[in-house]
Amino acid sequence: MTKPPVLISEMGESALLIQSEGPMSLDVQRLYWALDRVCHDLPGVTETVLGVHSLLLRFDPQAELADAAAHLQDLWQEIGPAEGRGRLVEVPVHYGGAGGEDLQELAASHGLSVGEVVELHSAPTYIVFALGSQPGFPYLGGLDPRLVTARRASPRQRVEEGSVVIGGEQAGVIARTSPSGWHIIGATRVRLFDLDREEPALLQPGDQLRFSVEKVSE
Amino acid sequence: MIRILTPGIGATVQDLGRRGYANIGIGCSGAMDRRALRVANVLLGNADGAAGIEATLGGLSFEALEPVTIALAGADTGATLDGRPLPRWWVCSLLPGQVLRMGHSRTGMRGYIAIAGGFEVPEVLGSRATDVKGGFGGHDGRALDTGDILTTAAAARDPRNLNFGLSPRAWPDLWVDGSGETELRFVPAKEWTDYTQETRALFCTTGWTIEPASNRIGYRLDGPEMVPTVRRELLSHGILPGTIQLPPSGRPVIQMLDANTVGGYPKLGVVIDADLPRLAQATLGSTLRFREVSAADARAVRRREDDLVSAIRRATSHQRKG
Repeated sequence: MTKPPVLISEMGESALLIQSEGPMSLDVQRLYWALDRVCHDLPGVTETVLGVHSLLLRFDPQAELADAAAHLQDLWQEIGPAEGRGRLVEVPVHYGGAGGEDLQELAASHGLSVGEVVELHSAPTYIVFALGSQPGFPYLGGLDPRLVTARRASPRQRVEEGSVVIGGEQAGVIARTSPSGWHIIGATRVRLFDLDREEPALLQPGDQLRFSVEKVSE
Repeated sequence: MIRILTPGIGATVQDLGRRGYANIGIGCSGAMDRRALRVANVLLGNADGAAGIEATLGGLSFEALEPVTIALAGADTGATLDGRPLPRWWVCSLLPGQVLRMGHSRTGMRGYIAIAGGFEVPEVLGSRATDVKGGFGGHDGRALDTGDILTTAAAARDPRNLNFGLSPRAWPDLWVDGSGETELRFVPAKEWTDYTQETRALFCTTGWTIEPASNRIGYRLDGPEMVPTVRRELLSHGILPGTIQLPPSGRPVIQMLDANTVGGYPKLGVVIDADLPRLAQATLGSTLRFREVSAADARAVRRREDDLVSAIRRATSHQRKG
């Protein structure tokens, strides 16, 4: 794979955003996982936030960002893709019904039956590209292109924890009841975030996830 | 130990925020006007980051259940102690049964109560800040309610009878009222150059109105529609408090302390750290103006903010020694 170019931009006085363009690619994301690990231990870096094809770096307020940006370009040239497939987590889903209110409409908009959507959604092994937005929320790569659906024009004010959702070319599971503009196709009882666990977030970047069909309601 | 009599609108326990967990989706939370909370703690001789109460638009009242010393900071809430008016930026000691009452904010948006020793709520992931979205931190992970009892660290209880404050003449910066025009300095971000020079000039010359639907998550602004020269579909990336996003509506939204850690809307810039406390005090419906600065300028401003807090610490140290 040829390494895609990166763009580095300032995010305020003490942060840099390093990113590459889409579409979502696991090969590119592996480079960002590797970059995240390296940057975590750089002097002056106080926090890293992994995104999809991106990494936000927060620096000590006294750090010189111009020097850091040049160093990042060098690091990008040097790193290789992060290895490791992570754990495989199974997430049983009740598709449709009250907990999956957009399923029928989403199927209709793609000219598919409900059964076909369920089959296409539960077939792939997804990869956790990054966590964010809300505690423990996974950005999942691997959605079948036939299910890619632009986000809702206006977000819902309240989407329940455990909602299985699609936003653009990404899949996800709502980890904390919150507003969201993604389409809800089902619900799971698996908890993606639980402070009583030693690791509150169930998933880590690089983990794999499979949705299994628990039930389908029209 | 104090008992909340009335909580006002969404009063929460906050410190200077939770850092280091954005990579699992946990935002920073913390005091919206971090300068006010720091000053309140400094007045009491607390650590800068001790936990205090943030009251939005006033309306909070509480009763002391034992001798406590508190500091009042931030917005002018027309606070009273047993009916007697308390000045802004003031330290006083309460005896059991005494009641401190905030009225409705007259100027500014958020008033702060710090307490000698800090409020004793459990540390969750390294901070006592309330994460309302996550439902953890602070007092049971939620806004304060009538009857809630908050305690202080026993070792730090301070029964001395203190009664002093800051004078507006010596510290005029602290008396900015937030109801007129607030200037925010910002460092341009990646998509800033997706807008024509005219559109960028429009952004900086417009007096933007803060919409009523603004809160700890974000500030929505009303003004002319900002149209980019290219429409991009961005992948989700890390964002920070102060990030000025431009959703398809063409009206800016400034992400605040309870915002998501990751977002995908184009961003014009990031409001400098030192100006976020001033934005937190700007009243709904008031006007904002933006001024472009470099990251280096912003770092210099931040150092001056730290100097202010240090100067207040020095100037008031003899009063705390009693």
